[in-house]
Amino acid sequence: MGPVLQSTEFAPWNDPTEKPLIRFRNVTKRFGDFVAINDLTLDIYEQEFFALLGPSGCGKTTLMRMLAGFETPSEGQIELSGQDIVPVPPNKRAVNMMFQSYALFPHLSIWDNIAFGLRRSPMSKPDIKARVEEMLKLTRLEKFAHRKPHQISGGQRQRVALARSLAKAPKLLLLDEPMGALDKKLRQETQFELMDIQEKTGTTFVIVTHDQEEAMTVASRVAVMDEGCLIQVSTPDRIYESPNSVYVADFIGDVNIIKGTAKAQGDDLYQVNWSDGMPPLNATSETDFSDGQTCHLAIRPEKVAISADKPDGADNAVQGKILDIAYLGNLSTYHVELTSGVIIKAQTSNTRRISRRSFTWEDPVWLSWTATAGVLLVN
Amino acid sequence: MRRFVLIAVPYAWLVALFLVPFLIVLKISLSDTALAIPPYVPKFEWAEGIMAFLRQLDFENFIFLTEDNLYWKAYLSSLQIATISTILTLMVGYPIAYGMARAPAEWRPTLMMLIILPFWTSFLIRVYAWMGILSQEGFLNQFLLWTGIINEPLTIINTNTAVYIGIVYTYLPFMILPIYAALDRMDGSLIEAAEDLGCSRLMAFWLVTIPLSKNGIIAGSFLVFIPALGEFVIPSLLGGSRTLMIGKVLWEEFFSNRDWPVASAVAVILLLILVVPIVLFQRNQQKQAEAES
Repeated sequence: MGPVLQSTEFAPWNDPTEKPLIRFRNVTKRFGDFVAINDLTLDIYEQEFFALLGPSGCGKTTLMRMLAGFETPSEGQIELSGQDIVPVPPNKRAVNMMFQSYALFPHLSIWDNIAFGLRRSPMSKPDIKARVEEMLKLTRLEKFAHRKPHQISGGQRQRVALARSLAKAPKLLLLDEPMGALDKKLRQETQFELMDIQEKTGTTFVIVTHDQEEAMTVASRVAVMDEGCLIQVSTPDRIYESPNSVYVADFIGDVNIIKGTAKAQGDDLYQVNWSDGMPPLNATSETDFSDGQTCHLAIRPEKVAISADKPDGADNAVQGKILDIAYLGNLSTYHVELTSGVIIKAQTSNTRRISRRSFTWEDPVWLSWTATAGVLLVN
Repeated sequence: MRRFVLIAVPYAWLVALFLVPFLIVLKISLSDTALAIPPYVPKFEWAEGIMAFLRQLDFENFIFLTEDNLYWKAYLSSLQIATISTILTLMVGYPIAYGMARAPAEWRPTLMMLIILPFWTSFLIRVYAWMGILSQEGFLNQFLLWTGIINEPLTIINTNTAVYIGIVYTYLPFMILPIYAALDRMDGSLIEAAEDLGCSRLMAFWLVTIPLSKNGIIAGSFLVFIPALGEFVIPSLLGGSRTLMIGKVLWEEFFSNRDWPVASAVAVILLLILVVPIVLFQRNQQKQAEAES
């Protein structure tokens, strides 16, 4: 922790003097002909809550298993606190893992499960007892200490798995889909609990998940992966607001992608010609586009406004008719078909009861958004 | 009503084919030997009534078993042979079951088939085959002499060693299958978790794999121990004159001595000895079923 006067924001990845805890250097992992990880370089810093996000088969689990020591890279180096850990077997690493299946030992009580790792270390019996009790308290499991894993609920089992992997106070904790087996409500509670525990213990967490909401909620930084490569590594808000590719924009949340050609208008402003006979769209972009270059305008549905009449002074306004309405309770997503045949999604909060909804199927409507609402992407 | 019928059928089966024969054997064991057909008295006469009949029964044969040291030596020797062969079968069977459980999934049905395959031939023929393998001029000795490992043929047939080989061979599938079933169910990530928490491979095996296959080990051991204790064919075909097993004694009492009452007494005592492991086995199965539910 830096001096109090400095910004309280936690962002060691922006500090060039900060030494990363984990360092992947040009790591490649092949299983036969299949390339699971392709020449990947990544730094993870101490006390980070780092999320690996991607569809199944993208290599995120392989990456984690290499950190745990269950897989060795085919090429490249993995460093932990500056030391190459590739030749170190899993039982000698200061890294612990929480398994997706929890992997609790069914023949041992909750107490013995948590003590399992401690008993393999040169720790005295009273110290082990104190540590186990501390872990039980941290995860609110004191009452269940003497039960067997099959005698407790799924949520409690999840906390036992967490307590067991934290007991040895690892430098790095790996969590493989830690909330995959929980129902949605419990998952949300657990996410905050996990963040609390991470803050209290100061351990570096690396979490693997395919649930983008989960990654956005818990992580300090998110790495979006696809086919063994990192597509974007950034904070959750940057990933959402400024995706670097159509893939990331599409993977995280809901998005409208409009393909067109760019034409510079000066001052980061571009015109996007997207359909014959339709007025060009206006969008700002930090990246430069040459005139006539193909571009994709990515715009989130909640940033598109819907109205019955043409709004005055909007940067972009298009007309269409409502094709479909997805009612989500708090929100409604309108699928609007434009005259050119393109379908644009617009999302509004349901501030009124459903019976008083302003629009219904087949209604002609106007969609509008500002020039800064979307992102222009190359591919 | 339907439930009653469903339950009644197996119980009727057990009563007719297990309880009634057992009561007949028990009755014979309390009778006296005689030169008659069948070779024992008393026979039940309706005219004399049931009390007169019961009065003629006594425990004479059981007392005789304690007086001649042949019998308790045979019981002890059977227990010893059954125990040692169970341990040997476990030592051979566990690695096989472990290997099967670790084999690629597409291989497992084939491996399972290979374990069950010997059952397709008669048990008796397979034991005779072992006589051919183990005898003085048998395949094993010829092979070892040919390779030059030994200069003199080994005497294996008609010794306890041959009996152990026979029992281990015969009962191996009964050991392998329950252990394999236990290991196959085991979640592979448990071993990884143990290693992750600081265990070496060997430690993880000892602290996780063995305890989790405990029920399979217990079930397999009883499935070998119980029939091995009363085994008759293997000791009489492969064992020597000095191999003392209660199954053999029983057979000799029945067929050589024609002393049906003493033979029955031997059988009743054997059954009582077997009740202990059978009850333990049942309890293990029940505990396992409870743990799984």
